[in-house]
Amino acid sequence: MKVAVIQFPGSNCDQDALYSLREDIGVAAEYVWHDSTSLVGFNAVFVPGGFTYGDYLRCGAMAATAPVMDEVRRFAREGRPVVGVCNGFQILCESHILPGALMQNVNQKFLGQDCYLKAINRTSPWTERVEGVVRIPIAHMEGRYVADAETLARLEGDGLVAFRYVSPTGELSEEWNPNGATNAIAGIVNDKGNVLGMMPHPERATRKLLGCDDGLAIMSAFRLLPVN
Amino acid sequence: MGLNETEYNLIVRLMGREPSLTELGMFAVMWSEHCGYKYSRPILAYFKEYKKAMEGEGLENAGIVDIGDGLGVVMKVESHNHPSAVEPYQGAATGVGGIIRDIFTMGARPIACLNSLRFGPIEPGQAEPEVVVRNRYLFEHVVAGIGGYGNCVGVPTVAGEVAFHPRYSGNPLVNAMCVGIVKIDEVATAGANGIGNPVIYLGSATGKDGIHGATFASDTLGEDSDAKRPNVQIGDPFAEKLLIEATLEALQTGAVAAIQDMGAAGLTCSTVEMSSKGGVGMVIDLDLVPMREADMSAYELMLSESQERMLAVAHNGREQEIIDVFHKWGVHAVVIGHVTDDGLVTVRRHGEVAAQVTAKHLTDFCPTYSVEPKVPDYHLRAAQFDPSGLPTVDFADALCQLLASPNIADKRHVYRQYDQQVQTQTVLVPGEADAAVLAPRGSKKGLSVKIDGNALHTYFDPYAGGVGAVVEAARNVACTGAKPVAATDGLNFGNPQLPHVYWQFERAVRGIADACDALGTPVVSGNVSFYNESTLGEVLPTPLVGVVGVLERAENRVPGRAGAGLSVGVLSYTKDNRQEGLGASAYAAVVHGVEDGLPVLADLAGEKSLHETLVRLAAEGLAKSAHDVSEGGLAVALAESLAEGTGLAVDLAALSDGLSDAGLLFGEFPGHVVVLTDQGDAVSRAVSAGIQWTVIGSTNPNGDVNIQRGDRTLIATTEKALRAATNNGLDEALMKPVGVVGVQ
Repeated sequence: MKVAVIQFPGSNCDQDALYSLREDIGVAAEYVWHDSTSLVGFNAVFVPGGFTYGDYLRCGAMAATAPVMDEVRRFAREGRPVVGVCNGFQILCESHILPGALMQNVNQKFLGQDCYLKAINRTSPWTERVEGVVRIPIAHMEGRYVADAETLARLEGDGLVAFRYVSPTGELSEEWNPNGATNAIAGIVNDKGNVLGMMPHPERATRKLLGCDDGLAIMSAFRLLPVN
Repeated sequence: MGLNETEYNLIVRLMGREPSLTELGMFAVMWSEHCGYKYSRPILAYFKEYKKAMEGEGLENAGIVDIGDGLGVVMKVESHNHPSAVEPYQGAATGVGGIIRDIFTMGARPIACLNSLRFGPIEPGQAEPEVVVRNRYLFEHVVAGIGGYGNCVGVPTVAGEVAFHPRYSGNPLVNAMCVGIVKIDEVATAGANGIGNPVIYLGSATGKDGIHGATFASDTLGEDSDAKRPNVQIGDPFAEKLLIEATLEALQTGAVAAIQDMGAAGLTCSTVEMSSKGGVGMVIDLDLVPMREADMSAYELMLSESQERMLAVAHNGREQEIIDVFHKWGVHAVVIGHVTDDGLVTVRRHGEVAAQVTAKHLTDFCPTYSVEPKVPDYHLRAAQFDPSGLPTVDFADALCQLLASPNIADKRHVYRQYDQQVQTQTVLVPGEADAAVLAPRGSKKGLSVKIDGNALHTYFDPYAGGVGAVVEAARNVACTGAKPVAATDGLNFGNPQLPHVYWQFERAVRGIADACDALGTPVVSGNVSFYNESTLGEVLPTPLVGVVGVLERAENRVPGRAGAGLSVGVLSYTKDNRQEGLGASAYAAVVHGVEDGLPVLADLAGEKSLHETLVRLAAEGLAKSAHDVSEGGLAVALAESLAEGTGLAVDLAALSDGLSDAGLLFGEFPGHVVVLTDQGDAVSRAVSAGIQWTVIGSTNPNGDVNIQRGDRTLIATTEKALRAATNNGLDEALMKPVGVVGVQ
């Protein structure tokens, strides 16, 4: 397994993702620069968080037009594994690899804190090992997931909601939905289940020293996926 | 421009002629207080490292501390008070950007930001309604600016402090600190070298923003300050992120001979300081500088403080390697001149020499001034303060009041707006411990960092306040299990030409210097900010001290709170009972509305032993939590030591030392630390000479909080009530209606 960590100007969780994948998950990982036009030799893609191109336009809108994203689109279409976290999720939405959009948090402030997640979909490689409630940090200003009614109905009806924000004991409540996301959606998968986008940072929670390793349940999929 | 007649005459004498407008502008910024340290240099010589640097090779941008394993820590604090008073978001943001550049210009990767902020009151009744509204605006936008910049640039904001006092209305204090890590043998230098070596301009294009920012910083805020918005720079954290990565990558090529950031005074400061430090000169052609507007004069180009720029000297023939790296990152990199042997900075524009000055004249000939200090009457009167005159109150109410007061309340409203974990090295985040702890990649060690200062203490006794800032920051670091190793200071004062301000400054610096000597934590860098006053008055003297400490193993870090089933004990050295610890205390101020009295002076030998003890407890795994007694005294420290849902029952009789109940509960005695442990006997064997270990009770799972003195109950409440007070205090203060429609 060799993971491509896509690096845009302004990515700032690229090193964290690389380090988590290599050191904590135990797979090979390399940076792929934004102007690259090939993903040959890679088995999976990780689009990390950050402020790509400064995010002075809509978050992820510029990155969605980078040359490498054509390859990521093709990669996803072919059913191969792609994960986007935080700004990476925003980029996947802006690239139309995943539906919906991420709007400003309901309190209009950046939120850097822990949150609690429950896996709703249990069949994708990213969610099948997530038991009960996991604690994963968030760090974003635009993380409120929104989509049109039809898309939401499809996400809910087809079991494509990957994670919901919940209380530490697993209940749904607005109090524990930090950014006001529609249906408390923290992450979604595509209909084939090979693409995951999520606002919380599982790569920040893969070692006990960092206070929490609940992210292993999500990130370990990179080690367990069949090499395609 | 801020120069007086004597200074102008000195310039004419040094140059042997009248300066050109550009030259005069260059002198004005380099001889401003911000760059030239006119009023502070003689006093800063109290710091041994500073004195050594001034007599030797000059100061690098930020001090370096060897922490072993071939690694060095670089750190510095810097103020951005005046820009933040006028344009809070950009003022604070560019303050963060500037201090981050100071760190990576040395070849260090910035791994953590901290900040220390002061504002006027945000609660109605403590200032005129429109002032409260303005203070809230400044507070919210400064915090947003710090977050907006730091979050984007990818450096976690891991610790800090925020306090409010009427004396900061009109002139908030915004001090940002950055910590970086560098391989000791890869430290970059700022001293230009190699005659004929090309000089390269790196980073964003130069515009007409921030012209004379350093001069503005050295003046007093007045009625016309709003007109100074054009003096405030605009930050671009995306450009900074690219600059960080490009600079660190370029340094790895070995093609960089010297490098410095362009901060205050922009091109002037970087060309002059790099030349002076290297004992060389420089010719630069301004026509080659990337510009945002084509019609910029030499004067504007030399004085612009456009952000996210650096100046480098390349080894001759290797400049293309540097340029290639910067172009990969999409950043300007242009050769604009070369190094000369004549010691002159020669500036050309449109084919003509616009300025030619001897670099050393600008850096080494700035006159210094001292002022005859005057001990103010309020200090003498404070010695008469008698805490027994404070009326009796319900102590449980008083404790809740203190916990909910904006100065003591949990600052989640603030730190939640910061990315505390990017770079995934933060192992204790804000709210978890007395200091933040980082575990740098590639090392087993942990770094603990904190910035502290108590301005009310400093106002009434600047020496005790200076000592206090050092010992408090160092103690916080030690509470996490780290050995304090170095300090940086941010000195924020009023107009130094006023005798009482000069007295405050001199005494506070003496206190910092003495404490750092005693604790073995040299001051390796720092910043002075004078003229912090407005039409609403001058600020409290506010020395802030950042301390970094080292844990041999990051995994041994100690948090600030713990759960049920543990012994509650206090580590302490013999108390100095001056005014029962209630002089200049939060208890007197918050509960009684009285600001008076002298704070207790820390015992430096006792502090050192205490810190050693804390480091030992951590290394041996004996402490479940450690939290020091500071503002609000022991009662607040006990409340803050409890994990959610955990209660305690303690008897303070053994600690009383003849104190009144109020002094016992709320006295601000330095050198006291609340430790929760399941190995009380082992702790008693591990303490250093001179340190007492007193077990006073235990924690329980039912959440009841009971504080006794012998058979008398002083406080009976619940952890839930205390937690609600501290967690909601700041939000509630911000929500209280002010009663008028505000103006911003």
